[in-house]
Amino acid sequence: MYTFKSLRKASKQPIADGARRIAILGNISTQFLAVAIRGYAALENLPLSVYDADYNQIEAQLLDPNSEVYSFVPNNILLWLGTDKLYEEFLDLPLENRSGFAESVLSKITMYWDLISQHCKATILQMNFTEIDDKVFGNYSCKVDLAFVFQIRKLNFILAEAMEQRKNVYPVDLLSVQLQLGTSTFYDAPLYYNAKMTVSTDALPYVAKAVIDVQKALIGRIKKCVILDLDNTLWGGVIGDEGIENIEIGELGRGHVFTDFQRWLKQLKECGIILCVCSKNNEDIAKKPFEEHNEMILRLSDIALFVANWEDKASNIRLIQKTLNISMDSIVFIDDNPFERNLVRQMIPEIEVPELPEDPALYLGYLQGQNYFETASFTGAGSDRTKLYQAEFERTKLMMSFESIDGYLESLEMLGEAKPFEESKFSRIAQLTQRSNQFNLRTVRYTDADIQSIASNPNYVTLYYTLRDKFGDHGLVGVIIMKKKNDDELFIDTWLMSCRVLKRGMEEYIVNCFMREAKNRGFKRIYGEYIPTPKNAMVKDIYKTMGFTEISENNYVMDVDKYEEKKIYIRSN
Amino acid sequence: MERNEILKRLSEIAKDVFDNDEVELAEATTADDVEEWDSLSHLNLISDAEDEFGITFTLAEISDSKNVEELVDAIIKHLGDK
Repeated sequence: MYTFKSLRKASKQPIADGARRIAILGNISTQFLAVAIRGYAALENLPLSVYDADYNQIEAQLLDPNSEVYSFVPNNILLWLGTDKLYEEFLDLPLENRSGFAESVLSKITMYWDLISQHCKATILQMNFTEIDDKVFGNYSCKVDLAFVFQIRKLNFILAEAMEQRKNVYPVDLLSVQLQLGTSTFYDAPLYYNAKMTVSTDALPYVAKAVIDVQKALIGRIKKCVILDLDNTLWGGVIGDEGIENIEIGELGRGHVFTDFQRWLKQLKECGIILCVCSKNNEDIAKKPFEEHNEMILRLSDIALFVANWEDKASNIRLIQKTLNISMDSIVFIDDNPFERNLVRQMIPEIEVPELPEDPALYLGYLQGQNYFETASFTGAGSDRTKLYQAEFERTKLMMSFESIDGYLESLEMLGEAKPFEESKFSRIAQLTQRSNQFNLRTVRYTDADIQSIASNPNYVTLYYTLRDKFGDHGLVGVIIMKKKNDDELFIDTWLMSCRVLKRGMEEYIVNCFMREAKNRGFKRIYGEYIPTPKNAMVKDIYKTMGFTEISENNYVMDVDKYEEKKIYIRSN
Repeated sequence: MERNEILKRLSEIAKDVFDNDEVELAEATTADDVEEWDSLSHLNLISDAEDEFGITFTLAEISDSKNVEELVDAIIKHLGDK
């Protein structure tokens, strides 16, 4: 972890143009946190401009529509009510009022949220609450509702429930930082009494990390895939030498450690992370435990891609990355062998390679401490994408058997659908705008709340696209947001597509549908723009390919009447 | 540790914290003598001195010692306590 001193140095670097903006509001002093966040962002190469409001100005700033915070036009507002301050307020209440403390604090917080939503478009980052146990009744405090420890725990719980209802509020889990470091490291009493700062300088880098981790997820810098080594990573021992009866998993030897590690990985997979295997082994031997060992938690059906051979791991990882069609920086490679880790790091600098502790008992704690899997959305059950990828390999096999691509596409029996945004899809649409990097013409990121407001705004024409074929359902794979320039003209604000469905004619299907939609609504012209990023070169010429006319660099137009529908093999539902 | 040695190391910290290579601390220096020495940079000075000498200042020392002499006194006291 960075030291506060190094963050302080980094915080002085100039901020690049186009930086995101965050405003910090607290009932305690936030000056050092602002420095730490600025520095951490700079070191993580995430340009961030930070506005730090004066201490205890939350209400004044949020009530005044012309306040400094609103004038700053932040992307995010970080709200931080320090437990130390709340504790003082709690004790100043008459005893009989203390049992309603958690509710009263929460109603103040939801009032802040409402004010923010009324006055600006900022997404809210809400710190939860560290704990203070003043031992007023000792252990017995836990069951007395007028004890502070009872109220602060209740507050964290009802805050979580309230956030669940708000699409534009994202938690920053300060409590977990306190738990990770321990209160004696987290808190510095002289610093609090001297400067009203409730977090020690040793703990500030960890708090800054939590805030920046949320920022990264909001702009789509997330991990999507874990590539796993086998011997001494997923089980103890070497399968090729010791055989299936002697590897440590379940009851045997250190097996419990590996079983728990697999349990955690299985949960990641169920929540949408893709698991792959990359092992130096003979394939049939490597697969055996997954098929035959009854104490293995992970089964072959949990692994999207299984690569076991004697090639070097960097080449195998490249193969996996290409097949999954995701970017290298969204992959975590887990291997117990320092030699393999270094080789992969050297050959593929973008990939994340955790420096696993030597003792397998420490793997889990270490990996969880890194917080690799921060996300800004969760669409619930059905996030498991393993089956989708497995179906994809079936398609690839089928494609090999056809002489022409047309024959293959026809045999897929594809069914598409294009519909205006509807409520049940808002989360998935927002998620796609946050995560799609390659097939994304302008890379505009939207939150759930943004999508909701666009869907109900008559100045927008929206379409989401789904696709399925005989092997399975791809789900929602394309998004179009068109903004009215005037009664005759539309501008394509967002066009993105999941790379899973490339080369199926889906691009053409998308254009056919939005042209038809525009025509039905009486529009004459559609404008498109391509904004280059380091990742979206694949769609650089797509408007040209679709028959649009270039009017200036990266800007295109199409007359709705002149558009000729492209030939495709996707039938509409 | 000698007072002079402590003073020398404090001076190095001060250059860094105040972001000014010209700052030279002497026993008689106070916060008023150094333009960059405000309440926030004072906290940074304290925090870096704690790391450098492996000590923890008391609240009174943090609040009062906006002059070098008292800071050196406090450091010597804590080093002696170790």
